[in-house]
Amino acid sequence: MNDVVIVLFGNDRAAEGLAGAAQRLGGTVRAIRVEEYQPEECLTALAEECKGARAILFSNDTYSQEVAPRLAHRLGGSCVGDGIDVQFVDGRLRVTRQVYGGKAEAVIALKRTPGVAWLRARSFAPGNAGVPPAGPPPSRRRDAAEPAGEDAGAPKTRIVERTASQSEARLEDARVIVSGGRGIGGPEGFAQELQPLAQLLGAQMAASRAACDAGWVPPTWQVGQTGKKVAPDLYLAIGITGASQHMAGISEAKQIAAINIDRDAPIFKHCRFGIVEDYRKVVPLLRQKLSELQR
Amino acid sequence: MNILVCLKQIPDPEIPARDFRIADIGSANLVSDIFGENALETALQFGGKITVLSFGAPSAEDTLRKALAMKADAAALVINDTNPNPDPLAVAQVLAAAVRKLGGFDLILTGRESGDWGAGQTGSLLAEELGLPCVSFVDSIEGREGGVRLRRQTESGFEVIEASTPVVLTITNDEHNVPRIPKVRDVMAAHRQPLTTFTLADLGVDVSNRWYEVIEMSIPTKETACEFLTVEELAQRLLEVTAGA
Ligand SMILES: Cc1cc2nc3c(=O)[nH]c(=O)nc-3n(C[C@H](O)[C@H](O)[C@H](O)COP(=O)(O)OP(=O)(O)OC[C@H]3O[C@@H](n4cnc5c(N)ncnc54)[C@H](O)[C@@H]3O)c2cc1C
Ligand SMILES: Nc1ncnc2c1ncn2[C@@H]1O[C@H](COP(=O)(O)O)[C@@H](O)[C@H]1O
Repeated sequence: MNDVVIVLFGNDRAAEGLAGAAQRLGGTVRAIRVEEYQPEECLTALAEECKGARAILFSNDTYSQEVAPRLAHRLGGSCVGDGIDVQFVDGRLRVTRQVYGGKAEAVIALKRTPGVAWLRARSFAPGNAGVPPAGPPPSRRRDAAEPAGEDAGAPKTRIVERTASQSEARLEDARVIVSGGRGIGGPEGFAQELQPLAQLLGAQMAASRAACDAGWVPPTWQVGQTGKKVAPDLYLAIGITGASQHMAGISEAKQIAAINIDRDAPIFKHCRFGIVEDYRKVVPLLRQKLSELQR
Repeated sequence: MNILVCLKQIPDPEIPARDFRIADIGSANLVSDIFGENALETALQFGGKITVLSFGAPSAEDTLRKALAMKADAAALVINDTNPNPDPLAVAQVLAAAVRKLGGFDLILTGRESGDWGAGQTGSLLAEELGLPCVSFVDSIEGREGGVRLRRQTESGFEVIEASTPVVLTITNDEHNVPRIPKVRDVMAAHRQPLTTFTLADLGVDVSNRWYEVIEMSIPTKETACEFLTVEELAQRLLEVTAGA
């Protein structure tokens, strides 16, 4: 029997995709929803709840990535992350994922059971198996969460504060995104040029790692392999080279467009349309044209 | 505090996709893994006695010497002459064995994920092997009574986490931990500093892959023909596309 467990943290956004992935695997599907998260307690509780599972599927959010490998280790299984496809072959979980910063793709066969994977939920056709889940969240079940032996003392890690850095809508749900890179040259370019353009287009703002690392914009704006994975109808990349690690975050975008001074920038290889020009010249003109056309 | 930072040497991740060939990976230019360097930078800013540890080919000495030049205090290399592509469990078990030999660390730092295979598991598995707690995606560390106060990144913002030591942390990037460039003088000096080396036999660890194996690897091909437009056309096109959105 293929007992597949889906683990969800807080919101459901990933639920459909994970359910779809679970249905691909076949067998019975069960969902566990974790409402209150503390790393060590959650791990202990999940290790108890997931006993006997053949596959355990997570989304690719912070908490999932934090607990998945450790859960696999505790259950004597194996784990792989960032999957875009899953299947059982000879009873073992096989996961397809990008490697080398999105320059290559690998099929990875897990050697032990349960097979634990965190997935790009959006890469899977939505399903509904096992959702909504039944039962209280494991972190509230003190009986299951009670650590044994020397662990029973004070918790070793504790999340004491949570701050949302912006009240804006989630980048992952944006239909239009205006994104800036190192080519923007500083925070002023973002504030004075890109932001007003985004407003005209009804777009949300994002950035490359280079722009985030420079401190021009918050880290929550980062798109890419190690940032957000977005899927807008239009992604407008301004002053962004298009390194594979950046592209790994926008592979689900319907259309990509770019403004870049370098005609050979790799970003243009992924674009439907674009312009080779200094953004400082293009964006003001563009804003003017857009306002005219919108009138 | 005694801090260990785990560093990996990897093929240059900035090689453009168009020049990337699977057959050439073995001969690519080698560099230090970026998130490992973010971890080292975070440790250097926090302060303490910092040891860097790598499991890799003899060439990984370069990564460790660069770390010494960035002002890490000590370096250790476990030479891998057995398994050119160890899985994350094998790596974690080797690192754990080295940690037990070196002993006495309050903080053990890894990058959130490596720039080549990007497994994103080594830190977590190292914690399990050592029986320690773990916090991932940390971008800054402060001292506090009996442990540390951490800030970590989430999808929507930040969390503050208090942890007792010893603890394993995986480090992510932010504007404050961009790795420093070592001074030329320090690069020279780093070449004369001692380097502890272990063989796998010294540690007695099995490095065969028991976690997972790579069945297949390929390069996805997807190129779009880009239409180059004038500003007027661009404005028009943007409106068309976003009107539907
Ligand atoms: C493990 C790993 C993970 C990574 N994860 C991510 C990630 O999640 N997201 C991410 O973005 N990167 C990531 N990177 C970094 C990535 O490899 C690139 O270094 C980064 O994306 C480059 O950012 P950029 O394109 O903004 O900067 P640059 O490469 O410096 O490019 C700047 C671009 O701006 C153009 N430009 C300059 N001036 C102008 C102007 N006036 N007008 C118009 N165009 C101009 C230039 O032609 C150039 O194309 C990762 C790297 C590693 C190793
Ligand atoms: N062979 C290694 N030697 C030392 N540290 C490593 C090694 N492999 C991975 N790491 C550390 O673990 C982090 C995450 O790697 P990975 O789990 O492979 O994505 C890296 O950024 C390093 O800090």
